[in-house]
Amino acid sequence: MTDTLIKVENVSKKFCRSLKRSLRYGIQDLGNELIGRRHGGNGELREDEFWAVKDVSFEVKRGECLGLIGRNGAGKTTLLRMLNGLIKPDKGRIEMRGRVGALIALGAGFNPILTGRENIYVNGAVLGLSKKETGNKIEEIIDFAEIREFIDSPVQSYSAGMTVRLGFAVAAALDPHILLLDEVLAVGDVGFQAKCLNTLSDFRKKGTGFVLVSHNMHQISRYCDQLLYLKGGHVAHCGDVESGIKQFLQHMDANQPSIETEATEWSRVYGSGKVILKNATFLDKDGLPVNHIRTGDTFSLAIDYECPGELVSDTILDIVIRDKEGTLYQGTSADYGVDFGLLSQAGRMIVTFEHMPANSTEVQFFLTLLNAKNGEIYDWKRHIRLKITNNAILNGRVSLTVSWALSNPILNQLEHRTRI
Amino acid sequence: MFRDLMASRELAWQLAVRDIKAQYRQTALGLIWAFILPLANTAAWLMIHNAGIVTVRHTDLPYPIFVFTGTMLWAIFMDSVNAPLQQTIAARPMLAKINFPREALVVSGIYQTLFNAGIKLVVTLAALLIMGVAPGMGLAFFPVALLSLILAGTALGLLLTPIGVLYSDIGKALPLLMQFFMYLTPVVFPMPQSGWAAALFQVNPLTPLIVTARDLLTGMPPAYMDGFMTVNAGMLVLLALVWVVYRAAIPILIERMSA
Repeated sequence: MTDTLIKVENVSKKFCRSLKRSLRYGIQDLGNELIGRRHGGNGELREDEFWAVKDVSFEVKRGECLGLIGRNGAGKTTLLRMLNGLIKPDKGRIEMRGRVGALIALGAGFNPILTGRENIYVNGAVLGLSKKETGNKIEEIIDFAEIREFIDSPVQSYSAGMTVRLGFAVAAALDPHILLLDEVLAVGDVGFQAKCLNTLSDFRKKGTGFVLVSHNMHQISRYCDQLLYLKGGHVAHCGDVESGIKQFLQHMDANQPSIETEATEWSRVYGSGKVILKNATFLDKDGLPVNHIRTGDTFSLAIDYECPGELVSDTILDIVIRDKEGTLYQGTSADYGVDFGLLSQAGRMIVTFEHMPANSTEVQFFLTLLNAKNGEIYDWKRHIRLKITNNAILNGRVSLTVSWALSNPILNQLEHRTRI
Repeated sequence: MFRDLMASRELAWQLAVRDIKAQYRQTALGLIWAFILPLANTAAWLMIHNAGIVTVRHTDLPYPIFVFTGTMLWAIFMDSVNAPLQQTIAARPMLAKINFPREALVVSGIYQTLFNAGIKLVVTLAALLIMGVAPGMGLAFFPVALLSLILAGTALGLLLTPIGVLYSDIGKALPLLMQFFMYLTPVVFPMPQSGWAAALFQVNPLTPLIVTARDLLTGMPPAYMDGFMTVNAGMLVLLALVWVVYRAAIPILIERMSA
């Protein structure tokens, strides 16, 4: 027996954009299939069709994990469904050895009216366990899902998390040789996620091969041995994980319209206009304008303002910082910021950030100038972007300054033992 | 193919039990739903008949029994025609995401039809006894007639399923068609003696099935044994064919429905 569990050779699949046509092609394909022709035709696209997956090849061996990444609609799920044998490729060949488990739709086939216990038997049967096998494992499943209290209540009274936990518990009882995972590691609370990951690594020790679809680059780089990056159905990268993730992240960046920090791109969300934020510039620590910094740099944000009418007092500048995905780096509160007092007719505010730890390719600043006393918003602007280069570490939101030390390890262990 | 069928028995059983439980757990009337429709149908036809709106030719059996057994048997046949399409459509989310033997859906549909048929038959037999009709020896062969009804229904239902999953027209047209066929089968009227209607009734493959089933149930000598055998043989062949089609169709259907 060879070690290769999954072998995919030049697999392609086409889909149709129009529903009516799609249905008609369905009938055509069915006719072709019945007279023994390959239903994909000769590989030409018919009207309104496109390649959802095109010329994909890879192999997964025992105990290996292949990460599958790409933007939404890149063909990841289609590829998984072909691997699972749900749909047939239009071109190419797929070979799967051993029992295939798929954690794709957790709890599919649950009937909301039946109790959890009844659903375990049904779901087990759907996934290929006999009644006896399920019976042997049912206690294990209930404990794993942590829903013993509710196991005899109807599933429709479960929370979404409970349903998914039950689904995962049943699917995990399968003991598959090949496991296909589609974004399922994002289920449940943190404790349950850790439990899922442990289960998966147990499988892996036994030699199960994985295909893991995830948008979480941290998970991908932690668990995968090789990476397949799909871009519009085509293979953009296949092989080394780290360089694949880098390439993916760069492409994601390139897709964002790049805007320099100039006043024209500022869009006003709201504001009374008593004070107007005219212009913002980033300055490095020597006071020279920059449009990108490196992680860990100290920089300033200089904002030119203008008071067209009467002068105002008690102004504070409120700053919210997010990364491109919208993750909040710094929020704001009533006590945030400094009261600038009475503003002159025109001037410049300077905010200095020491050692910016942001470890993403870009951060966005949302600025609000408001009255500290009555909360009147003078001007509220969004999205000035600051590019950050040279991310020190690949994963995580921030890059902390860390120093490492090992202090007298042997003594520590002894202490530890005596304490026990 | 047959291995898949064997593998799917247990799953089919589980699915059938799940659906039956779920179906009746959420009702107040419970099992009564299994026979309320043919019962209502019978009542309607008795009323029409007694009021003289439609005159029905003399039947060998008392008319109430004729109509009652007819509508009950027809309801069983309808159930089995509807089952494959209904089961497949209801299982779309599961089909699109889990790979399991697809035969299970069809078999599960048959189990459910059998379960509901059982309830209908208990009611029918009770009614027959109350009305003083003794079923006689023929009853021993009735299960065969019942199975042929379900066989024919499943074969026809399965034939429509691949297209029915893609185009919902089929699901909408089916009740209409069935209504039409009911009047071409001796369900509420006896066989016409002459004319084009008689020819149509004769050609209709459902006629021998319904008539034989009713005869066996009511202790009458079965009048259409030859036709009964021929239809059964034909339906077996049809079922085998549509089964192959169904298996081939499912992957194509799944990519088109993408639940």
